[in-house]
Amino acid sequence: MELLWDGYIQPGIWIVAKILAIVLPLLIAVAYLTYAERKVIGAMQMRKGPNVVGPFGLLQPLADGLKLFLKETVIPTSANKVVFLIAPMLTFILALVAWAVIPFGEGLVISNLNVGILYLFAISSLGVYGIVMAGWSSNSKYAFLGALRSAAQMVSYEISIGLIIISVLLTTGSLNLSDIVLAQSGGIWNWNFIYHLPMFVIFIVSILAETNRAPFDLPEAEAELVSGYNVDYSAMTFALFFLGEYANMILMSGLCATLFLGGWQAPLPFLDFIPGPLWFIFKICMVLFIFLWVRATFPRYRYDQLMRLGWKVFLPLSFAWVMLVATFLVVFDKVPA
Amino acid sequence: MSFIDRTARSFLLVELLSGLALTFKYMFKPKVTLNYPYEKGPLSPRFRGEHALRRYPNGEERCIACKLCEAICPAQAITIEVEPRLDGSRRTTRYDIDMTKCIYCGFCEEACPVDAIVEGPNFEFATENREELLYDKDKLLENGERWEAELAARLEADAPYR
Amino acid sequence: MVVQALAFYLFAIIAVISAAMVVTVRNPVHSVLFLILTFFNAAGLFVLLGAEFLAMLLVVVYVGAIAVLFMFVVMMLDINFVEMREGFLSYLPIGVLVAAVLFVELAFVGGGWVMTDAKMAAIAQPVPADMNNINALGMLLYTDYAYIFQAAGLVLLTAMIGAIVLTLRHRKGVRRQNISQQVQRQRAETLEIKKVPVGRGI
Repeated sequence: MELLWDGYIQPGIWIVAKILAIVLPLLIAVAYLTYAERKVIGAMQMRKGPNVVGPFGLLQPLADGLKLFLKETVIPTSANKVVFLIAPMLTFILALVAWAVIPFGEGLVISNLNVGILYLFAISSLGVYGIVMAGWSSNSKYAFLGALRSAAQMVSYEISIGLIIISVLLTTGSLNLSDIVLAQSGGIWNWNFIYHLPMFVIFIVSILAETNRAPFDLPEAEAELVSGYNVDYSAMTFALFFLGEYANMILMSGLCATLFLGGWQAPLPFLDFIPGPLWFIFKICMVLFIFLWVRATFPRYRYDQLMRLGWKVFLPLSFAWVMLVATFLVVFDKVPA
Repeated sequence: MSFIDRTARSFLLVELLSGLALTFKYMFKPKVTLNYPYEKGPLSPRFRGEHALRRYPNGEERCIACKLCEAICPAQAITIEVEPRLDGSRRTTRYDIDMTKCIYCGFCEEACPVDAIVEGPNFEFATENREELLYDKDKLLENGERWEAELAARLEADAPYR
Repeated sequence: MVVQALAFYLFAIIAVISAAMVVTVRNPVHSVLFLILTFFNAAGLFVLLGAEFLAMLLVVVYVGAIAVLFMFVVMMLDINFVEMREGFLSYLPIGVLVAAVLFVELAFVGGGWVMTDAKMAAIAQPVPADMNNINALGMLLYTDYAYIFQAAGLVLLTAMIGAIVLTLRHRKGVRRQNISQQVQRQRAETLEIKKVPVGRGI
């Protein structure tokens, strides 16, 4: 009996508690990311944004969520029902499970995998399936075209993201995200974005494309594809796609903060008294602000230009950078142990 | 030299950054949002909103049932029926406007020789069902009484240009 | 250990069932989806074996890239099931032959496997603390098998170049966009301002 309690039930409860401690704040963060998006873009267009529901419109995301929750889920008669329902769940779940390896602070991580970065990369490469399945199972040409465009885009930009991650790995010498953060300790001048500045910029652009955000939001280009792969989704199934997309944005910002912005570390040593998780959340917010800022600034890319950028500009550049970094490390004998 | 300049500019993303700087600057500009139900934008005296039938200051209704408005209405939204009143004057017994047909062109207003039918400044007359939008004579006269002050002011403001 | 055993049986059973579904399901897209599920469970088995690097690689390469392309192709196909059934009997002998050969080969592999003491010792050995399996793989690949590894890379490169050469063709008369040229256009090159005299035109 004791063995059962100590060996299984207690760790089980502990793990569930840890997961909830990440998932619940994440869902609230997703809700308020939509609020922040509307406020920031509103401000940049000299508008006020939502300000009616609750003080400063703070209850707006909850009202939106409630609206989606209470609506009727419509399943098209010609749709492939099982796949149609699995697709949004898959998108949402994938956006959540990836958080298992993101370190919020020293030791504050659910699973300290030693292939953490590969795990993240694998999960994000699975994101394509939610979209392709949604597009195919809707049995509609608009949804299908949107899904094809989205899938091609995500697969293309994954390659440059992979190469960028490799060049970061070369300098940190580990695939463990906590080790990558620790390798950047000692202040802002040790953070990776200084040494890998061109890759940092390319990474930011690539995660915009990877999460299907403006100016690369072709999959859901309202004007051309009547919102792309999720045209036929309504109510909660749509809400799951929506939550998944925004959770993915936060995840990618977290990845960016971990790889380039020193994770939970303070920028200057004397600021260490502020706890690490707060720094990490602050950095995520900064990257998220870039997402919103870019959306308010740039018009949508044309599809062939998007592909050209991915394959003909980012791929060679990131590849050259991997070569350069590797050569530098070998020539100056700085290969991390 | 200009080649190097251009290449450097395109690699340093100068244009993108200047665009970002512009939107960032705009973020701190004063907002132009009107807090609509509490604040309203200015309306021209020629604004064509909800219809009203006006009366003379002595309380006599202006409309003489000439049916010019009915004739000119391109959407055929106006229906008028006439009978002589007991004192022998020509008056409408029925003056209906189907507001769901009306296109707010203002021709009725232009056609009216006695300034009886006018389009007022009110644009907030949404209803909960369709029937409420089929206005009859009572409703139109009531509108006229409610908005008379503003209607008169608008006609006066626009008079020099007519 | 109970949890691990349970996880193993879960992954293994789902992998076998979905592998069976791949060949029995009628809809080709469903069949690809089951294939992906199979890959996924194989990755789970790798994790249980302690080969997390291989597991992640399996997911990234097979599930994340190859199966996506596969699905692309299958989704676009307009498959007529009646037509597919027509050739069934005529292909049956060859199919049975191939299946038999494969089965015999598998039987040989299974039958030829001997559990020697050296293998037992290798399995029983704990994983050294200072070496995770990425390091171990790297040490092997770039020392003992460096030439073979490079050769494999070359083969893949050749395949890639071959695919490009086979499909690349330059059509004449296609107007292509040259973005840098467009961006570099100056006002003086493209615009000529003329004073048009009144009443005469150009």
